[in-house]
Amino acid sequence: MTLTKADLVQKVYQNHNFTKAQAAETVEAFLQITKQCLKNGEDLLISGFGKFNVKQKKSRRGRNPQTGNELILDARKVVTFKPSGILRSRINGE
Amino acid sequence: MNKSELIEALAEEMKISLRDASSATNTILDAMADALANGDSIEIRGFGSFVVKTYDTYYGRNPKTGDKIQVKPKKLPFFKVGKELKEQVNNAAD
Repeated sequence: MTLTKADLVQKVYQNHNFTKAQAAETVEAFLQITKQCLKNGEDLLISGFGKFNVKQKKSRRGRNPQTGNELILDARKVVTFKPSGILRSRINGE
Repeated sequence: MNKSELIEALAEEMKISLRDASSATNTILDAMADALANGDSIEIRGFGSFVVKTYDTYYGRNPKTGDKIQVKPKKLPFFKVGKELKEQVNNAAD
């Protein structure tokens, strides 16, 4: 089973006095805000869930694994996630 | 950004009370944590996906003392950034 955006909308709809449209908008706004935060290069800390970090990677030499050609990988920013202790225990059924 | 700032931003964006924004946020995060606790994956277009990986028992070492120790089986959530967010984080102007 995979949880999708539609499932999140359904949960918000069930648990609150929102119309279906409001529930959908709320989930969308939630995602937009979190994405905007990361786009700004800002870390996102959600207590009890985990931490999303934006990390700056330096450029480095790499290889195309298919052809073996050497190439330069440009400096880039990546998003990493570190689960909180609470989430880890919940997943491990503790 | 932390969780309370996220809730404030959501309340402002949706023109709802802080209480509603807070409970909607918790509904969303709980739904996600529940899915992972059930071993399900999460897939949110434009944001990213989460999968739970299962690890068997393995023998590791205490890096401080060098003692050999048994690491119990565990499950860990992994996050993979969605294509859209990945590009936007990387291309955002500094």
